[in-house]
Amino acid sequence: MEQPEVNHDGVTEPAVSCARLRKAYGSVVAVGDLTLTVHRGECFGLLGPNGAGKTTTIEILEGLLKPDSGEVEVLGLRWGHHEAALRQRLGIQLQETQLAEKLTVEETLRLFRSFYTRGRTVDDLLQIVELEGKRTSRVGKLSGGQKQRLSLACALAGDPDLLFLDEPTTGLDPHSRRQLWGLLDQFRARGRTILMTTHYMDEAEFLCDRVAIVDHGRIIALGTPKELIARLGEPKVITHHGTLEDVFMALTGRHLRDE
Amino acid sequence: MSDRISSPIVQLTLARFREFIREPEAVFWTFVFPIVVSLALAMAFPSRADSDVLVGLQPGADTGSLRDALTRGGGITVREVRPQDERRALREGVVNVVVIPTEPPTYRFDPAREESRYARAVVDDVLKRAAGRQDPWTARQEPQEVAGSRYIDWFIPGLIGMGLMSNSMWGIGFGIVQARMRKLLKRMIASPMRKREYLLAQLIARLAFLPAEVLVPLLFAVVAFGMPVNGSAGAIVVTTLVGTLSFGAIGLLLATRARTIEAISGLMNLVMLPMWILSGVFFSSANFPDGVQPLIHALPLTAQIDALRAIILDGATLADVRGELAVLGIWGVLPFFAALRLFSWR
Repeated sequence: MEQPEVNHDGVTEPAVSCARLRKAYGSVVAVGDLTLTVHRGECFGLLGPNGAGKTTTIEILEGLLKPDSGEVEVLGLRWGHHEAALRQRLGIQLQETQLAEKLTVEETLRLFRSFYTRGRTVDDLLQIVELEGKRTSRVGKLSGGQKQRLSLACALAGDPDLLFLDEPTTGLDPHSRRQLWGLLDQFRARGRTILMTTHYMDEAEFLCDRVAIVDHGRIIALGTPKELIARLGEPKVITHHGTLEDVFMALTGRHLRDE
Repeated sequence: MSDRISSPIVQLTLARFREFIREPEAVFWTFVFPIVVSLALAMAFPSRADSDVLVGLQPGADTGSLRDALTRGGGITVREVRPQDERRALREGVVNVVVIPTEPPTYRFDPAREESRYARAVVDDVLKRAAGRQDPWTARQEPQEVAGSRYIDWFIPGLIGMGLMSNSMWGIGFGIVQARMRKLLKRMIASPMRKREYLLAQLIARLAFLPAEVLVPLLFAVVAFGMPVNGSAGAIVVTTLVGTLSFGAIGLLLATRARTIEAISGLMNLVMLPMWILSGVFFSSANFPDGVQPLIHALPLTAQIDALRAIILDGATLADVRGELAVLGIWGVLPFFAALRLFSWR
């Protein structure tokens, strides 16, 4: 599991590490005292219901939000000091971005690619996300799944070492979700790191090497999906295999997706 | 080489340009609207030289000889105006003076209006001469063609300036607020894009429309109204270029925090409306009191329009309008850097 990478200075470092992160909006504590480490080469999932603080946490790690207190290091660098260098090495997919509808798929990728000093070609990106046939289509004409894959392609433009994904498959049909999982699996297979949020347990079980279950801005459980399920002990209900949903319920007494 | 990576500023500029050009409504307002306005105004304000003096004649016992005297020399149109319609006819400019057939005749006119005073003088002269007045001498007449003295000539540079302001500010303001609402701005700064380049690209993309924004109304005025263009093309290019960048920078500043289309529209109107009135688009700003003149001349639209009028109508050079260019320059630089500091990307 633990395969720390050696960087140019000969120091081993995790992909992401943060300690005692805190962020409050007025009296509402979105993230409270959150500490976690994501290793190089793993796919790490923040799993929790809506409003658990997943997005706030990932946006702090992405350098888009400033925490009230706490320490963040990404690829051994700090946001305040190495922002430009850091951004070159990250791929980021936000939760609700709508890309410009009047631009074509190719124009959008060319735009994002231009921000990176090194990275993939537009042709490569189109091929990776299986949008070659949509090269000249307007973004506004794409389906939800196609838009999400384009958004992923934008995140991959700089051939990132670390990919942040915030709810990458929310709102997609089952086929599109499977397709996206396949793409993310390929990315991880090349030794790159993923940090993602999700409220789908099957997504976390399929993609993630380790999962942190987040509730009310805190990590209430951490481990591989198997470990977490095993920690439940004897399944109380024998009719189905234990899932992360059961883990969450056992810990909080609530369902993961309270509607 | 189809996959050569071009610079971010080029790509950002292209993206902005494409988004605009693919919006048919925006293109209509930019290019067709100025022509419609110039046509309408040209019909409403025909050139003074070829328009008749409009004289109202109240019906009475002996209007025949008065009518003959007035129309004999040409240049006067006589309209019958009944007493109850007199005030309305004068107010609406249907006639500029009303002649009542008393002995001697009575003139009703509005001394506060230039056309009215002029019509009274013309009528007085014509009627006295018809009555046998002997002039002590006749002055030698030397008519001078003063280029660009018609209202339409004076108005077109104002229209161009106003168009540059509206297009730059609306184009940039709307584009940014839309991108913010779609969380696209946040996505952009999650990439290694430089914020300064994004804002700069918004301004540069506007320049692509500049030739059309200036040329369309200018050529139209030259062809349709025979408007003189006395200054150099280079001077026009430089002043409109500086002006567009300034208005664009103000648009950026207004869009730094606005989160809705309503908010940005309100801000735009708040800033533009006073300039439409004060900066001499439709009527000369010289009519405002001396006390507010320094303020008026500090406005970017005043500087833009004054410079354009000086160049187009008087043949001024860039050196002659350096004061206006300096005002525009300041309005370009300060708002840009203020926008860069205050800009909300979320």
